[in-house]
Amino acid sequence: MTRPQVAALVTLRLFIGWHFLYEGLAKLVNPYWTSAEYLDQAGWLFKKQFVALAASPTAVIVVDFLNEWGLLLIGLGLLFGLFTRTAAVAGITLLLLYYIVAPPLVGISSAVPREGSYLIVNKVLIEAAALAVVLLFNTSRSFGLDGLIFRRGPDAAIPSEPSVARAQS
Amino acid sequence: MSDAASNDPTRISRRGWLQSLVAVPVLGVFVFNYLKKRAADDARKQAIMSELGVTESGPAIIPNAISKPPGSKIRVGIIGYGGEGESLVRHAGFASPKWLEDAKKSVAEDPRDKQLDTYLHQDDLNVALTAVCELFDVRAERAIAASQIDQRPGGAAANPPAKRYRRYTDLLESKDVDAVIIATPDVWHSRITIDAAAAGKHVYCEKCMTRTEEEARAMHEAVTRSHVVFQLGHQNRQSEAHNKAREVIAAGVLGPITLVEATTNRNTPWGAWVWDIEAEGSPQTIDWDQFQELAPHKVAFSPERFFRWRCWYDYGTGLAGDLLSHEYDAVNQILGVGIPKSCAASGGIYYFKDGRDAPDTFQAVYEYPDRDLTFVYSATLANGRDRGLALMGHDATMVVGGALTVQADGDSTRYAEKIKDGVIDPGQPLFTYRPGFKGIDAVTSATERYFASRGLLYTYRGGRRVSAYHLLIGEWLDVIRNGGQTSCNIDRGFEEAITCHMATRSYLEGRKVTWDPVRRRIM
Repeated sequence: MTRPQVAALVTLRLFIGWHFLYEGLAKLVNPYWTSAEYLDQAGWLFKKQFVALAASPTAVIVVDFLNEWGLLLIGLGLLFGLFTRTAAVAGITLLLLYYIVAPPLVGISSAVPREGSYLIVNKVLIEAAALAVVLLFNTSRSFGLDGLIFRRGPDAAIPSEPSVARAQS
Repeated sequence: MSDAASNDPTRISRRGWLQSLVAVPVLGVFVFNYLKKRAADDARKQAIMSELGVTESGPAIIPNAISKPPGSKIRVGIIGYGGEGESLVRHAGFASPKWLEDAKKSVAEDPRDKQLDTYLHQDDLNVALTAVCELFDVRAERAIAASQIDQRPGGAAANPPAKRYRRYTDLLESKDVDAVIIATPDVWHSRITIDAAAAGKHVYCEKCMTRTEEEARAMHEAVTRSHVVFQLGHQNRQSEAHNKAREVIAAGVLGPITLVEATTNRNTPWGAWVWDIEAEGSPQTIDWDQFQELAPHKVAFSPERFFRWRCWYDYGTGLAGDLLSHEYDAVNQILGVGIPKSCAASGGIYYFKDGRDAPDTFQAVYEYPDRDLTFVYSATLANGRDRGLALMGHDATMVVGGALTVQADGDSTRYAEKIKDGVIDPGQPLFTYRPGFKGIDAVTSATERYFASRGLLYTYRGGRRVSAYHLLIGEWLDVIRNGGQTSCNIDRGFEEAITCHMATRSYLEGRKVTWDPVRRRIM
């Protein structure tokens, strides 16, 4: 992989990490934030389950907690390149959950205001796809703490990455 | 460095270390900007809040529903067990079996339906429903069934069945009744309250307080002279947002208020008083003569008039007494305006041409020259656009409902500098107060949604959804036990009744009416 390719992948990972971290932090410090309204207007798959979650104050507290801390920890993971694969998988899962609550599909109207125009593909789905790239082209062993932690592990080397190649040369 | 060391594949080069820590400078930038943003947000909020002199937290003084645990059992009689009577009795802790069955079905269909949960989590008010006076046999039986229901809030024990009385006077003579809830058509409110006060029974009376001005004066006098505790049924008195609004106004956030606009928009037959006619209703099961005993015009048995009495001025007070009364009482609660100097009202029966004589479209303009204030009420029962209750000041506008929003005016004098400096954005709410509840409630019917949006159905205490009716009944019972003042007492009730009657009189007589505060007469 060329240097610009690696730089682009690392930048992508850092940006998504930044976004998750700030989303989590912003929700955490806002006492009025709640996932209830978003869940309540579910209009597609698992509609019943999402609505039931929104209806239960206890469930909402749990969902809010998982969301806030989930976003924050995934963000830190991606940013630092720490447990990156786990963070990426968790991030994709979370994004897909957001997507299926309010997907921009024909015939499904959503109460969530949109800042752009979307048909089937929206920014949530694109971010999930970008995270899949981060997952499959992992840069964290060279540009992240995973490199320090898992270096001694059996599959520490990522030969295609220039930094690893240099270390071995 | 030895060769062995430099060839160790697990050894991390300096460059490797630096690469691994690529996130550190990024995190540095993140933290720096995050703190900068927070500081800017905090400074802006601080600047606004210190300017306003109000806090974001709940109202400093919330009238407490129950100041002490309910010690002695209070025996309550219900007079009039129609839709509103059934609701009040349920909020006192006695749901009818039919309601429970329907509520359970609703929850099974939609888990967001919280009515059953709200009922079961009400405080046990330590009351017994001992007496029922109802003119329709089917409803009387329903009330008796409710009085002995075993599914009670807080797991309270079931009570023996209530006794049915055919006439309210017999109920008032009963030694088993300490207090009465009056939920009859408006035409009966005054007569029953006056007799109840004479019999020493405490009164919770539905709005509109009376049907006429004369009745309001007589009722005010009778209750004032007696020692009974009186509460008029305006649930907004218990709404957190309304109490917060009062606090915001007291802090002078809006500047001089010149115009208050209150509205009613409903767009369903139910919202226009086209209520269900029960199949069992007949001259055999309904005491029709007693129903129309006090009505100015006597007519032959009419199920429409019995079940949809609000459509006729013979029994009710139209939009003025039904819905303007709530809006006015909210304004009176927030601003303490009292009775206006004048009123000009107009309207007509423009949509529901079903034989009613009370208009479905109704506007009233009240003047308060002493307060430099106009209060406008505007209503239609054939359009559902939500216009809310807006208090318009020179410096800001406040919209009150289930929540509370204050928006600075672009041409405000007080906030001019802060608007210029960009601290205050007139396009954004200056202040939003949302009573705390994390979770979604399904509010089933359009009429319920209307009431909920006005803080008349539910309010929040410590984050938990509570029925505003329940709190208002609880407050009344608390004052009976422990003394004090009810939040919608007979003086507030008198102001409400007169204000509503001014609008009705103005509409019916086609002229502007005024209030003479010395002679206490509508002129």
